Amino acid sequence: MGTKPIVESSAAGGGAKASPKTLLSVRSVAKRFANNIVLRDVNLDVAEGEFLSILGESGSGKTTLLRLTAGFERCDSGEIWMAGERLDPLPPYKRLVNTVFQNYALFPHLSVFDNVAFGLRVKKSPAIEVKGRVEQALAMVKMSSFANSSPAKISGGQQQRVALARALVNRPKLLLLDEPLSALDANLRRQMQMELKALQREIGIAFVFVTHDQDEAMTMSDRIALLRAGELEQVATPREIYARPATTYTAQFIGQTNLLHAHVTAGMAECAGMRWSTDEPDGPVTFSVRPESIVVATGTHGDGFVRFRAKVLSQLFQGAAELLQVETTSGYRLKVRTSSGKTEAAELELAFAAASAVSVRETQA
Amino acid sequence: MIRDALGQERAGWLTLHAIAVFAFLYLPIVVLIVYSFNGDGVGGFPPRNVTFDWYRQLAQDTPLWDSVLNSLLVALAAMAISIGLGLPAALALDRVNFPGKSLFRRLVLLPLILPGIITGLSLLMLVVLIGLKLSLLTIILGHGTALISVATTEIFAGLQKAERAQEEASLDLGASYGQTFWRITLPNLKLPVIGAALLIFTLSMDEIAVSFFLIGRDNTLPLEIWSRLRRGMTPEINAISTIIFLFSLALIVLWYRLRMGNGENTADTVATATKEAA
Amino acid sequence: MYSRAYKLAVSLPPVAWVLLFLLTPYLLLFLYSFWTVTPAQQIVHTWSLQNYIELLRVPVYLQVLWRSMRIAASVTLLSLLLGFPLAYYVSFHAGSKKDLLYLLVIIPLWVSYLVRAYAWKTILGSDGVLNTLLQYLHITHHPQGYLLYSPLAVVLTLTHIYTPFTFLPIYAALEHIPRKLVEASHDLGATPTQTFWRVIVPLSVPGLVAGATFSFVLSLGDFLAPLLVGGPSGVMISNIVVGLFGAAYNWPLGAAISACMMILVLALLFATGRLEKKWSFT
Repeated sequence: MGTKPIVESSAAGGGAKASPKTLLSVRSVAKRFANNIVLRDVNLDVAEGEFLSILGESGSGKTTLLRLTAGFERCDSGEIWMAGERLDPLPPYKRLVNTVFQNYALFPHLSVFDNVAFGLRVKKSPAIEVKGRVEQALAMVKMSSFANSSPAKISGGQQQRVALARALVNRPKLLLLDEPLSALDANLRRQMQMELKALQREIGIAFVFVTHDQDEAMTMSDRIALLRAGELEQVATPREIYARPATTYTAQFIGQTNLLHAHVTAGMAECAGMRWSTDEPDGPVTFSVRPESIVVATGTHGDGFVRFRAKVLSQLFQGAAELLQVETTSGYRLKVRTSSGKTEAAELELAFAAASAVSVRETQA
Repeated sequence: MIRDALGQERAGWLTLHAIAVFAFLYLPIVVLIVYSFNGDGVGGFPPRNVTFDWYRQLAQDTPLWDSVLNSLLVALAAMAISIGLGLPAALALDRVNFPGKSLFRRLVLLPLILPGIITGLSLLMLVVLIGLKLSLLTIILGHGTALISVATTEIFAGLQKAERAQEEASLDLGASYGQTFWRITLPNLKLPVIGAALLIFTLSMDEIAVSFFLIGRDNTLPLEIWSRLRRGMTPEINAISTIIFLFSLALIVLWYRLRMGNGENTADTVATATKEAA
Repeated sequence: MYSRAYKLAVSLPPVAWVLLFLLTPYLLLFLYSFWTVTPAQQIVHTWSLQNYIELLRVPVYLQVLWRSMRIAASVTLLSLLLGFPLAYYVSFHAGSKKDLLYLLVIIPLWVSYLVRAYAWKTILGSDGVLNTLLQYLHITHHPQGYLLYSPLAVVLTLTHIYTPFTFLPIYAALEHIPRKLVEASHDLGATPTQTFWRVIVPLSVPGLVAGATFSFVLSLGDFLAPLLVGGPSGVMISNIVVGLFGAAYNWPLGAAISACMMILVLALLFATGRLEKKWSFT
């Protein structure tokens, strides 16, 4: 089980903040349900004010990690710290953490206003303060005119905003979002992604956002924590995780890629008749080359580029680009993404920069 | 459920309360069973002289067993009537928009929520009007009518769960309505019908309030016990009560297994019936 | 999708039967209440309000009705106090034992009414188990005669019988509450107690109303428990009716009382039905 995940840049992105402090610290947390080990030895730090996505397939343990942070489950081992104090022994109602649930979990017997006011009222805040803060929160999510509506009468997207307001009105140190956009249709989803991101920047609270959608994670996050089978595969900013995936799993999960199983001898990698120079040590090495890194070769593609001929097997129109399936002369199948439009050629000369071949670790099974 | 320190503490009081309520519900029955073996008869403390005498006496009590037979007869006949009418009623409620539908729904539930005396007396009046003599037949009439809604509720719930598409597929493939009913609809309703039958059987066997007013010469078991109770208490009654308890226990476990096997939330069905009443 | 013949075949028989054997009898009851009876025990089929006037004029009827309502109210209150926390426990705190506990609660329901009422007679009598136990333990020295043949005995017996009845709809309502709502409440800072009162109780109102209605209505009209354990001081309104249909032979008057009971019950059901709908959120 060996190698630790590659955690790069503990600094959060999101703006020119001077050395952001760690807000939440998950230390060696493990959790099992019956005979199922859902999380093993997870270590993760969340900085103040950052937008961190926990990305993973279903069953990866991402929701469990969130629930442990919220307090709905107890860790079997390990600790969770927040702002210098231990969080995990506390029940959920004592944690300064709020959650936006996947299906919103709005109280059906309370109006929108009363839903949002709930957290303030249980702390016995004075009525005037409640009114002010609730109205402010509703305005922030653009739901002011629905204050007296019942949750049953508003749409999914509107419920989601109310759920957001309900959580944020309490001014938590940390906001947890459990796939809040998954029930929305594609267009609304994209719109909400941008709104959420803008909102987070405006308020400055740390968001931990759980999703299985890598595009979503890439769009919104300062950093992505990729979770696989209960362990963190890689934690990095979207650009880094895309450009330099640590493992084959990461390379394939985020974006599409071609995996070249090459063999390195004396600084030269060789695969399927292609050769390029590399810093990797001798031996078998897997390289990841993104489809958009492969282009139709022209005269300018000389040193530092790998050229090869390939047969075009199929073309898929994807709107902004074409996705080609090609086969090299030695039978290696590659995906190529090009914006050059539909190609009629049966065979192409293609090239990719040697530098764009990133070495990746094979993911342990 | 959430298990935090505070939650467990609260659960402590709650658990105590739960135990107390269970004790309240079961102790009287336990007392009854224990005293059915009590040589000194009913009452008194502590129980002494364990004996099977009362059960022996029970075995030789012919009038009692006659009434058991009567009860069985009534229960089976009532089952037939209730299901025979409850099944089409459920189908009608599910598929047909007939005039007075919601009135029908409430009406058919009334015998279950009105005190039995009202239903019993009303039926008595009808029987007298028609000029029918009071007998087991009138009791069968009473039980059968009163318990229709039990069948209707159970079968209706079963219909809701069944796939409408199956019937449509059958018709599409060329089967007639009749064939579809026999080959597709009915087999799908097997479990709800059996569940309803069990419930109706038990309710009929235990029914007193309505039967009270419709009884003729022949007694059902509850009424036979009742008449003896009016005369005085005998330990024999403890014995028969114990037997009834064990029998009911077996039946309900059977019914429960059936329902759980059908993957349905039992609490729902009973509560739906209760809700529909209003 | 269904042919006319099919629709007729499924709706006609039940509707016809119910009209004939359910609606007609209830209507007959009403009709009877407007007739009178001669001293020679003949029913006189002339319409009059005499019976209803009698009910209002002679105090015993209203007194007994009032006592019956008090008994029914006591039974309802006790059933709720016993049944609600129990339902809450089984629904939210029982974990894997939930199904078993549920079964244990409804088993008494299936055990004969008579058996259970009789059990209380055995326990509460002067020579009964409770009295002899108390004397055996030297807590008392004489049999406590007031235990049996009193309104108290009736209340105890009926509570015993109707608590499971009350439990059922409450449990169903509690089961319907999405557990995520409880989590959301905790997440927002509410303690389990606050969650109970602010989230769980409001959402269980329909179940509480249904359970309370059930036990009130059925207790009100009960005549068996009073006959077994009630004694003269525990006589309830239905006992009077039974008498009027028996030895005191006055069917019209009995019908009038029954009709009043029926109207009362139906009105109550209507009112609580509206209440249930208003509080129905899940």
